[in-house]
Amino acid sequence: MNIKELYQEIILEHGKNPRNLRKTDNFNKDAKGNNPLCGDNVHIYLKLDEKKKVEDISFEGSGCAISMASASIMTDLIKGKEELEVKEIVNDFLGMIRENPVLKSKNLKEDEKTKLMCLSGVKQYPMRVKCATLSWHTLTSAIDNTQEEINTERGD
Amino acid sequence: MNIENIKKEFPIFDNKIHNNDLVYLDSANSSQKPQSVIDRVNDFYAKEFSNVGRSVHYLAVAATNLYETTRSSVQKYINAKDKNEIVFTKGATEAINLVANTFGQKYLKEGDEILITELEHHSNYVPWHFLRKSRGIKIEFAEINDEGEITIESIEKKITPKTKLIAITHLSNVTGAILPIKEITELAHSKDIAVLVDGCQSAPHLKLDMQDLDCDFYAISCHKMYGPTGLGILYAKKKWLEELPPYQGGGGMIKEVKRDSISYGDLPNKYEAGTMATAQVIAFDQSIKFLEKIGIENIVKHEKELIEYGQEILRKNNSVELIGNPKNKGAVLSFTIKSVHPHDIATILDEDGVAIRAGHHCCQILHDKLGISASARASLGVYNTKDDLDQLNSSINNCKKIFNL
Repeated sequence: MNIKELYQEIILEHGKNPRNLRKTDNFNKDAKGNNPLCGDNVHIYLKLDEKKKVEDISFEGSGCAISMASASIMTDLIKGKEELEVKEIVNDFLGMIRENPVLKSKNLKEDEKTKLMCLSGVKQYPMRVKCATLSWHTLTSAIDNTQEEINTERGD
Repeated sequence: MNIENIKKEFPIFDNKIHNNDLVYLDSANSSQKPQSVIDRVNDFYAKEFSNVGRSVHYLAVAATNLYETTRSSVQKYINAKDKNEIVFTKGATEAINLVANTFGQKYLKEGDEILITELEHHSNYVPWHFLRKSRGIKIEFAEINDEGEITIESIEKKITPKTKLIAITHLSNVTGAILPIKEITELAHSKDIAVLVDGCQSAPHLKLDMQDLDCDFYAISCHKMYGPTGLGILYAKKKWLEELPPYQGGGGMIKEVKRDSISYGDLPNKYEAGTMATAQVIAFDQSIKFLEKIGIENIVKHEKELIEYGQEILRKNNSVELIGNPKNKGAVLSFTIKSVHPHDIATILDEDGVAIRAGHHCCQILHDKLGISASARASLGVYNTKDDLDQLNSSINNCKKIFNL
């Protein structure tokens, strides 16, 4: 595997200029996550409307190119989707990173899948999987309102 | 001193990493092992194994003698006054926990102060934090200067009549600063304060002389000294080991056990409860022999040249920023690259077979002070060469290229 497959242009670009790196006004759900070994941290803010549709999503935090790009791409994709769709997409993404060769979600358009598959390079770098999944686990925690800080040293 | 020959003693360098030669720059984390140490572990298990200090049969006596031979070698290597001042532990972490626990129990009460520094590894902070929680002691931090050093003045500033112990690193695993331990000990003792030194980073790289340093406790990590994992050493002045209570209870550390009373064994058994890391202790004798064969003076000279060379080339590399600029610096080069996260640096360098560490290196207090969440660190061992540092620099350039810098 070539290192350039991990650090594709789209990842470098999102890593350098992350989208939605701010704090949503009047957010109604949020969660924090951190990766104690790396010092990566993320705080996700969600604003769901009365129909449980994501009106806005944003994040604050710092980390490596992979974790910043993952949070940036994720927040871009999730906006406008419904809560249940979001959960399905998160599971599909985590499943792809863990074992599945492709994304299966019906809630993702083809171009969205292509974008997400840019992160599949981390599968070859087990130590870096946590960087790609941190914001996704944190998003789940925000939706479920678990009030639990995601820590990559627990669970996967 | 022929580095190529020394390197040949380390079989790990026969490996290819991603089809490249291994450039191992992570010795501050853990050093590689010479064949003699690996063989000794193997031979002991294959031909000489027995538990030590218990049975009277042939193998038990021979193993006990080997185990005690290492203790004598360590005593000599670090110039301790007495063989019984050497206690084997499972690591330097346990050595520091042993002191924090027993010293805390016996001497510390609410409001007493422990003075550490902003350079400390978590293993020389968290054990004291336990005492902060359990006994209400206070922890003070001596501050680093702009060069990433701790001066005697910064220590003096934080000493109060309540200071009971100073716990400091000998050599910072991030900035590489070598602390003036002898002066600190003199100052501390003039005020009746005990001194514990975290010697994890210094022990593989500096000449150790306990009687000259005069510290009360000194913790050593054997796996950073070309030795096996699972083994550390606590040096402690005899008077402390006699005065302090035992740390763990179990077999081997007792004199007499009755239903209503227990008396403890003589030194050093009092602190070595249970079956110890016997094979590791016995193999560690080979690590000391390895270091003695090269000679610590030669190691110091070689690594000083390397560190100066490494600083020189990295300073010339645009967008690389070295962390700390201590006058007296050990074998550590920590750095950041503007707009590239250390974990990305480490992954990209690894592709070229260059093994470095990225993260906070168990020094979050220091990274907070420096205003960064993580750094990249290249650390040296006796097997490194200027070529390794050239490869480091060239891989950093590749990393910059990938990130369009």
